[in-house]
Amino acid sequence: MSQAFVAQNLNSYRTGPDDRGHFGVFGGRFVAETLMPLILDLERHYEAARIDPAFKAELDNLLTHYVGRPSPLYFAERMTEFFRSKAADSGAPGGAKIYFKREDLNHTGAHKINNVLGQILLARRMGKTRIIAETGAGQHGVATATACARFGLDCVVYMGSVDVERQKPNVFRMKLLGAKVVPVESGARTLKDAMNEALRDWVTNVADTFYCIGTAAGPHPYPAMVRDFQCIIGDETRRQMQEAEGRLPDSLFACIGGGSNAIGLFHPFLDDPSIEIYGVEAAGFGLHDKHAASLAGGRPGVLHGNRTYLLMNADGQIEEGHSISAGLDYPGIGPEHSWLKESGRVTYLSATDAEALAAFEQCSKLEGIIPALEPAHALAKVGEIAPQKPRDHLMVVNISGRGDKDIFTVADHLGGM
Amino acid sequence: MRLGRALTAQNAKSMSNASSTRIDRRFKDLAVEGRAALVAFVMAGDPDLAASLDILKALPKAGADVIEVGMPFTDPMADGPAIQAAGLRALAAGTTLAKTLKLVADFRREDQTTPIVLMGYYNPIYVYGVPAFLDAAKESGVDGLIVVDLPPEEDSELCLPALAAGLNFIRLATPTTDDARLPAVLTNTSGFVYYVSITGTTGAATPDFSATARAVERIKRHTGLPVAVGFGVKTAADAAAIAAHADGVVVGSAIVDVLRGSLDAEGRATRDTTPAVARLVADLAEGVRTAARAPA
Ligand SMILES: Cc1ncc(COP(=O)(O)O)c(C=O)c1O
Repeated sequence: MSQAFVAQNLNSYRTGPDDRGHFGVFGGRFVAETLMPLILDLERHYEAARIDPAFKAELDNLLTHYVGRPSPLYFAERMTEFFRSKAADSGAPGGAKIYFKREDLNHTGAHKINNVLGQILLARRMGKTRIIAETGAGQHGVATATACARFGLDCVVYMGSVDVERQKPNVFRMKLLGAKVVPVESGARTLKDAMNEALRDWVTNVADTFYCIGTAAGPHPYPAMVRDFQCIIGDETRRQMQEAEGRLPDSLFACIGGGSNAIGLFHPFLDDPSIEIYGVEAAGFGLHDKHAASLAGGRPGVLHGNRTYLLMNADGQIEEGHSISAGLDYPGIGPEHSWLKESGRVTYLSATDAEALAAFEQCSKLEGIIPALEPAHALAKVGEIAPQKPRDHLMVVNISGRGDKDIFTVADHLGGM
Repeated sequence: MRLGRALTAQNAKSMSNASSTRIDRRFKDLAVEGRAALVAFVMAGDPDLAASLDILKALPKAGADVIEVGMPFTDPMADGPAIQAAGLRALAAGTTLAKTLKLVADFRREDQTTPIVLMGYYNPIYVYGVPAFLDAAKESGVDGLIVVDLPPEEDSELCLPALAAGLNFIRLATPTTDDARLPAVLTNTSGFVYYVSITGTTGAATPDFSATARAVERIKRHTGLPVAVGFGVKTAADAAAIAAHADGVVVGSAIVDVLRGSLDAEGRATRDTTPAVARLVADLAEGVRTAARAPA
């Protein structure tokens, strides 16, 4: 079973999952029997689609003309200079050269659309007419509503009622796009509960419904499929950095909610051992307080169809995370990240609400780019590590989305904007 | 890998066959009696552990033949609002997996014959530790397990160790489990097969009885195990309609709803809680007993 996978991984980090959806001990297919035939069917269709040139051509066409890909790899000159002068102040001559992978410039304003278009084309191939999705920040919901509008599909988005409140602009966007937004009142009324409710919908509407999961988590084949659709981020980055600098980057940074923008950037570089890879979780009020850093503060458990690191109590009851960023406020993480943590290939850090807010403001003022609060977490750690690196160190940070959706939340915290 | 797994499965199976469980004996006795079993679900610790024990003790007297005890979980993704709320009440009252096992042990001290099936989700068991959980479950007098999020694809997690430990592992078969898949679902199933009569969460729509009858017939072509039917059974009439063609009728949300209705404004048990549950169960038991059984 996973033997073959483990053996192969002595020389590659890119062969997972095995045929049962396992990344080491993580992943799997922990779903109710009603859903099992559906995810097996999905897996069959996905396996056929991914090697079908017509599927790839259709997706590529949309990514080019509808999404606006490739997204730029942008040299963040003033931020680079800022950290270099900070390094100089502390007596060190360093300061990495910082590049932004501009997923914020995609249609709908985040990386989520890359995955959604892949899944929606697959749903069409499978003859499904009704699409359901969960959303936290609303970016995945907006992307799904957008693709459903584009293809004339029914769209229902589950969103925790707390998130409905803190991400109002996105709720309005989804409605404008013709989607039905269902506020979820169970549990903590955030992303985890939205996912439960979406699964309950899927168990009920098995014949016509496709569940479009928004991150690299859930039962197999979702973690691998979502990753594959997001790998365009890392594939483009490789090419673009070669063009810009004639070589590969030295380090990569991405924020982690469920882990899709991060795995999309990281995966194409996992087998380049000299490249440092950093995932940044949400430390909320701090790791000793309420947070959403499953790898830093959780343990392996089983939720939402896969085994992965989870925030939970001693009895295995899932605990509510907290993050200022709705998109990172999830008590789990995609299973491949759990495996990459245990294998040591990726270094996982965390940034608090306060650190993310500071980085949000700093990026806006230094670069004229208002990032989403999610990638502001990655920027917070860039600010710590970039000054320590030499000047020829090429650092890439995934700006997974733009910050328009967050301006009210930020205004609440910073006051008097 | 396939070979290794099949062998373990077979070992596990013959081990559990060697000693028949309370579940096996109960269904055998009822077959002789010529009627279906009433399988009653209650959530452990709802609304608190003392009330829960009182209810459990009342169930056999009211006519429940098999008891399913829910293990509360924060994220019950296959349950509807009634059982979700029951789980949250139980957790708020401090119920843990260890306390659920103790509840069963307390029940077992006075009742050696009524089969107890624990039903829930995998994470609390995984976190407790599978070997420790199986030891404690056996020790407490648990007879079988239903773990909603462990399909046959994950049998090595808990199903095979549970069978080896002499517990029944009861699997759900659903309307989406077609003939091609049924053998996989039935392979390591023991005790009985739980047919989920609808695609949906617990407590949702009332099933279409004729479709349910055909489904039971279909499953019986693949197995000699008893087939119980649940999800959406609410009244004595529903129970009678299902008992006419199945070996068992499972009622959960309807019982949990009656329980909730008996609580005071603060959600605490009242003097009427146990009697209210017992009245509904007696009514359902009557339905099961009056069912016109199709000739076997
Ligand atoms: C802009 C942005 N970045 C990141 C995330 C987190 O998701 P993931 O970790 O799957 O990339 C979200 C989720 O809503 C998001 O909107």
